[in-house]
Amino acid sequence: MTLSELVPGEIGIVKEFTDLEMSVKLMEMGCLPGEPITVSRIAPMGDPIAINVSGYQLSLRKFEASTIILQ
Amino acid sequence: MKADIRVALVGNPNTGKSTLFNTLTGLNQKIGNFPGVTVDKKTGYCSLPDGRTAEIIDLPGTYSLYPKSQDESIVFSVLADRSNAHTPDLVVVIIDATNLKRNLLLYTQVADLKIPVIIALNMIDLSKKAGITIDIDLFAKKLGVPVVPISARKVEGIDKLKQTITFANKIALQEPSIDVEAIAPQLIAQISEDLKLDNPYFALQLAHQHETVKFLTPAESDRIEELEHEFSFHSQKSQATETIARYNFINDLLYDTVKIPETAQDESISNKIDKVLTHKIFGFVIFLGILLFMFQSIFSWSAYPMEKIGDLFAWTQNSLHQILPAGPLVCLLVDGVIGGLSGVMVFIPQIAILFAFISILEDTGYMSRVTFMMDKLMRKVGLNGKSVVPLIGGFACAVPSIMSTRTIENWKDRMITIMVTPLVTCSARLPIYVLLIGLVVPNRNVWWVFNLQGLALTGMYIFSLISAIIVAFAFKLILKGRERGYFIMELPVYRMPRWNNVAFSMYDRSKAFVLQAGKVIIAVSVILWVLASYGPGDRFARIEQKYQQPEYTKQLKPDELTKAINSEKLENSYAGVLGHVIEPVIKPLGFDWKIGIALITSFAAREVFVGTMATIYSVDGNADKIESVQKKMGSAKNPETGKPVFSLAVAFSLMMFYAFAMQCASTVAVVYRETKNWRWPAIQFAYMTVLAYAASLLAYNLLK
Repeated sequence: MTLSELVPGEIGIVKEFTDLEMSVKLMEMGCLPGEPITVSRIAPMGDPIAINVSGYQLSLRKFEASTIILQ
Repeated sequence: MKADIRVALVGNPNTGKSTLFNTLTGLNQKIGNFPGVTVDKKTGYCSLPDGRTAEIIDLPGTYSLYPKSQDESIVFSVLADRSNAHTPDLVVVIIDATNLKRNLLLYTQVADLKIPVIIALNMIDLSKKAGITIDIDLFAKKLGVPVVPISARKVEGIDKLKQTITFANKIALQEPSIDVEAIAPQLIAQISEDLKLDNPYFALQLAHQHETVKFLTPAESDRIEELEHEFSFHSQKSQATETIARYNFINDLLYDTVKIPETAQDESISNKIDKVLTHKIFGFVIFLGILLFMFQSIFSWSAYPMEKIGDLFAWTQNSLHQILPAGPLVCLLVDGVIGGLSGVMVFIPQIAILFAFISILEDTGYMSRVTFMMDKLMRKVGLNGKSVVPLIGGFACAVPSIMSTRTIENWKDRMITIMVTPLVTCSARLPIYVLLIGLVVPNRNVWWVFNLQGLALTGMYIFSLISAIIVAFAFKLILKGRERGYFIMELPVYRMPRWNNVAFSMYDRSKAFVLQAGKVIIAVSVILWVLASYGPGDRFARIEQKYQQPEYTKQLKPDELTKAINSEKLENSYAGVLGHVIEPVIKPLGFDWKIGIALITSFAAREVFVGTMATIYSVDGNADKIESVQKKMGSAKNPETGKPVFSLAVAFSLMMFYAFAMQCASTVAVVYRETKNWRWPAIQFAYMTVLAYAASLLAYNLLK
């Protein structure tokens, strides 16, 4: 299951990444393996999404979220 | 000013770094450029308690030393390049106390470069409010650096910070964070040996960034490349390992020193605001409302100061003409240079107001929500959520809007935004449209409520937005992106705007515009002034002679005489001659040589069109009054056919021309300033001219 499949309010825990380049950027921003992520909302047109991670809010595109595999 | 110590401010975006910079330096700051790149370098001075002066450098906000944009790449260069003139003696890392974990990543990277470091723990008040307890002494002890809790917004702890800067160590005493050498032991050892480096993290960073940093010799860079192959170094894998190791260190540190309340907090205020502001329907309605308000304000609030600035320059020109003896040099100074200067200064109110809005929207955190809402829509045409604001600002003036594209990190998205922003109907086109629409479109209502003239004007505005979107789409297909586009962006917590930051931003941007774009505009204005004021051979002298004949002096009143002379002089000036020369080219568009003159004189600034028309048609009374110009132009007949010059076809052809043509020296100058390459303004000028000609030709032939 990937992060892009969660609906607002759902929580997932990061397991691994499918894209190395993207993972480097996501990890810098605090999306690390073992870290819980809550989807807080989805943009009006369905993309991008906003998530809560490491105590702050981050937005990323659906495609980017689909590279994060959850436990 | 000479400084005794150089201090660099480093931190994540949205941590209050600029507020701290402004608080430390006050108005005592300047903006320059880092050598070789289009990154603004903000420096300022701050007096320390012991009487010494510190030079403060505000480095671009970044989440890590691995850069994602050109702005960010400067951070590592400045910190690491020991031979550079900007190398800091001390780094102040600003950390948001409400978001320690992510903020500490950058700290650990900077600390490992072994430059003396101080931590400024900002927003300590908000962090306390949120129930976060930090054992600051233990925190400082574990890291081995001074930690100063501050609130830049409330100006708390600033004196303590200045003291800490004053008594900072000259050598780096921070504890190591991670075992850097373990990431790539052989490679780091070999680079350190070959380049004679004593810092393993510096060596590792060079392995990642040797292709982009400017301070390595080609031989050094090649050697690093060679070593990377030898030890099969993988940059991204190494970065991933490093980041995980750093977060492990940070988690351990925070576990010992920080207590974050476990109890689930009530839904934060920010979240409640977001529910409304990014709502499917209200979100867009509110955004549209804010835009309309912003757009209206830029128009209405700037009208008065713009008029006053114009009056002031006109008064100065008049007075100087009376004081100084008449002569070509005085005319050049007064009409050419001061006239050009007036054309620059008149934009300041619009620039200042637009940037006041932009900085309020950014400061409050609303801008990132706009980006969040609009990204999908804008991406379809090759733009980015962040392109919305420059495009809307373009309705007021392209100059500040192009300056505001810096918030777009993606190179391709930013270039496309810069390329299409001047297509949006700016306020300088408005008087031209009003003049021409008033001339050919009947002033009556259709379908009861819609005024035909109003509809035509609205049509021109909508048309400009559509053409910008189409051209953006075309550029999306043509331009090759250098970097992969992504959209991983922090949505900061909503905060009140900091009013002195707003004031600083208004001042900064206006100053940058006057100093940098101003030079080009004045130069172009002087050239155009010469073209319009001098003619070949003795033509001007003969005109003067002709009007000294009694038949003219007796029949005409003095000011009518001056108008007749001016009109005939303009016709015989170099600009007039050029108007005749380009007539064959512009004839297919329905333009005669008189319109040709106006095209040439309004080359640097569109709004000059109306004034030139007034001179050509020797308008009576106040030439600023559009109605009187309209009357004269309306009665102008084509000498060959006897029909009116300004037919519907000609007027619309002319409007199409102004809709597309790059008749604005300020925009050309600012595009050059922002892209640091003449290729971009040249491409823009070329494509806009081609479009202008084609659209005019089409409009003229369809309506003829």
